[in-house]
Amino acid sequence: MKHLLSTADLDAATATEILDIATEMASVSGREIKKLPTLRGRTVVNLFYEDSTRTRISFEAAAKRLSADVINFSAKGSSVEKGESLKDTAWTLQAMGADAVVIRHPASGAPHRLANWVTGSVLNAGDGTHEHPTQALLDAYTIRSRMGRIDGLHVAIVGDVLHSRVARSNVLLLNTLGAKVTLVGPPTLVPTDLNASVQVAYDLDAVLPQADVVMMLRVQKERMTDSYFPSAREYSRRYGLDGARLRRMPAHAIVMHPGPMNRGMEITPEVADSPRSTIVEQVTNGVSVRMACLYLLLGGAR
Amino acid sequence: MTVRRTPVTILIRNARVLGGEPTDLLLRDGVIAEIGAGLSAEGAEVVDGTGLVALPGLVDLHTHLREPGREDAETVYTGSRAAALGGYTAVCAMANTSPVADTAGVVEQVYRLGQEAGLVDVQPIGAVTVGLAGERLAELGAMADSAARVRVFSDDGFCVADPRLMRRALEYVKAFDGVIAQHAEEPRLTQGAQMHEGDVSARLGLTGWPAVAEESIIARDVLLAGHVGARLHVCHVSTAGSVEIIRMAKARGVRVTAEVTPHHLLLTHEKAESYDPVFKVNPPLRTDADVEALREGLRDGTIDIVATDHAPHAAEDKECEWAYARPGMLGLETALPIVLDVLGEDWPLIAERMSYAPARIAGLDGHGNALTAGAPANLTLVDPTVRWSVDPTGLASLSHNTPYAGMTVPGRIVATFLRGVPTVLDGKVQK
Repeated sequence: MKHLLSTADLDAATATEILDIATEMASVSGREIKKLPTLRGRTVVNLFYEDSTRTRISFEAAAKRLSADVINFSAKGSSVEKGESLKDTAWTLQAMGADAVVIRHPASGAPHRLANWVTGSVLNAGDGTHEHPTQALLDAYTIRSRMGRIDGLHVAIVGDVLHSRVARSNVLLLNTLGAKVTLVGPPTLVPTDLNASVQVAYDLDAVLPQADVVMMLRVQKERMTDSYFPSAREYSRRYGLDGARLRRMPAHAIVMHPGPMNRGMEITPEVADSPRSTIVEQVTNGVSVRMACLYLLLGGAR
Repeated sequence: MTVRRTPVTILIRNARVLGGEPTDLLLRDGVIAEIGAGLSAEGAEVVDGTGLVALPGLVDLHTHLREPGREDAETVYTGSRAAALGGYTAVCAMANTSPVADTAGVVEQVYRLGQEAGLVDVQPIGAVTVGLAGERLAELGAMADSAARVRVFSDDGFCVADPRLMRRALEYVKAFDGVIAQHAEEPRLTQGAQMHEGDVSARLGLTGWPAVAEESIIARDVLLAGHVGARLHVCHVSTAGSVEIIRMAKARGVRVTAEVTPHHLLLTHEKAESYDPVFKVNPPLRTDADVEALREGLRDGTIDIVATDHAPHAAEDKECEWAYARPGMLGLETALPIVLDVLGEDWPLIAERMSYAPARIAGLDGHGNALTAGAPANLTLVDPTVRWSVDPTGLASLSHNTPYAGMTVPGRIVATFLRGVPTVLDGKVQK
């Protein structure tokens, strides 16, 4: 595996391998000295065109725990603000000897473009409304560690599916790993034309009793002013996860959220902070999963 | 660069006019002086047409020449070279230049640049509204009365979305037999749109450009044109639904004509999977079903013409993220090969769709005439047996944004003549 651009590129065996390696990495994170020498002398560049403290820090921690040299390049206050193109930035990173570039970008497909212009590995850390593969992998890891398996589970992904890179990556990966996925949201926030492998539902209450995993998506503020739904209150009433809805779920079912949350909008504090919620675990698991990805892309073949 | 201004007499030997029996054509004083077997070559330069098909010079109703304003992407001269090499003898230059061609001054400038280039007749198209802003009419009459004699008006790149303004424009140009060429795109339905809205856009996370944004404007405009009895031309039709609406309008007697581009006849939205913006175009590449409907519409005459929408873009406007790239593709040098690929060697149909009909719509009397004695000597010679591989840097355009790179296409333009003067000979442009 050269790049990680989309979860569509992962077959079940490779995805499972990443999750297995992540399990080993998690044991490192539990040690007093959280460090492996695996990527010593390798350079990982975090190229962030969007602010994302959570994802950047997670990648940074992952690379450092593998002893890689980490360079953080944020678009703000950089050559990008002076009008440098992605291609020229790619050449600059190339000239500096980047072995891997972790890219977060507001334009869908930017990592695919970047992969044409650098010889190192490219890791997609979220591109526009397209994909966020490591988020899907850490979600799969979290589901597997809580539920013991992924195959055969029913996962409901709820909210702004249309604009969600988390949803896209999860649908592909969960299908590959044998889960059944139902997308739930107002019809305005579900793509008009989906392939047949996914179910769509508009009634959250009808889906909840059958779900093993309920994955809530963040609703961006700008959707509220663009007539995707009438008001934040109406959205919460129809698609928000509150205590009453939590109790409609089977006793074993878990609640996930990629963060950052809009408390009171798509999820109430009661649900977010309940023992059924995996939100904090997801953050912890993120580091292990990203270590596994970097290991596979940079170290595994050596 | 030397310009051949001296009148020449040219004898084309053994060319097959529209694929018919081999015959000779004598070009003299700008017209086809004689057609027939065994003509005398005395005093004439001989061009061997053996194995070649003679077509009337092609006419493009939709070309972006970028001058004035983006001379780094294309100029009237370089675009004229590309046109001649593509078999064209006339092109209509779209108005979205900088400054916009919305005054007599700018259209006359473009017209003059075309005359100076001297490779094809460059017929400027005038903007419908001032600055393409869609707010008030440009001085359409002044452009019509100018030396450029503008008859086609278009805000191409933008839709004349305001229905009242569109109605007025359609009505107003009736006074000088003008036509409004509409870029049909309801802007409120395509905000931020990047590609055809469908299963591929859903997967790629690119904002969708729904077919209904085109179809709803065409439906409105054919009703408006019918209501005021005006001529409407629909640019770059891209969906099956649009074909159906235009078919219905024609059956009702509305004076509507329509064009399709070569790329919409061949390519589909799956091309976006590479995220390579060379496939980004407006309207976007659509589905197989749309391509089928467009081909059928072109064959049955619902769609009157093929127009290139030749849209050169500088490298930096394409070598970037998809969402930041400008939409548009080169077309002039590959149009005939693509149409040949799609329609097959139906030469009379190709002549109608790529020469006669576009010249009629544009009001270009000197072009789009059948190749008969006495007609203006605007023609091109094609070798249909040659298949060639498209090399972006091998094209004459200043820009390289062809979507056909590496593709093998049929049909090579061997020679083109503008009023009897060769603009292309042996596949090489003459200036």
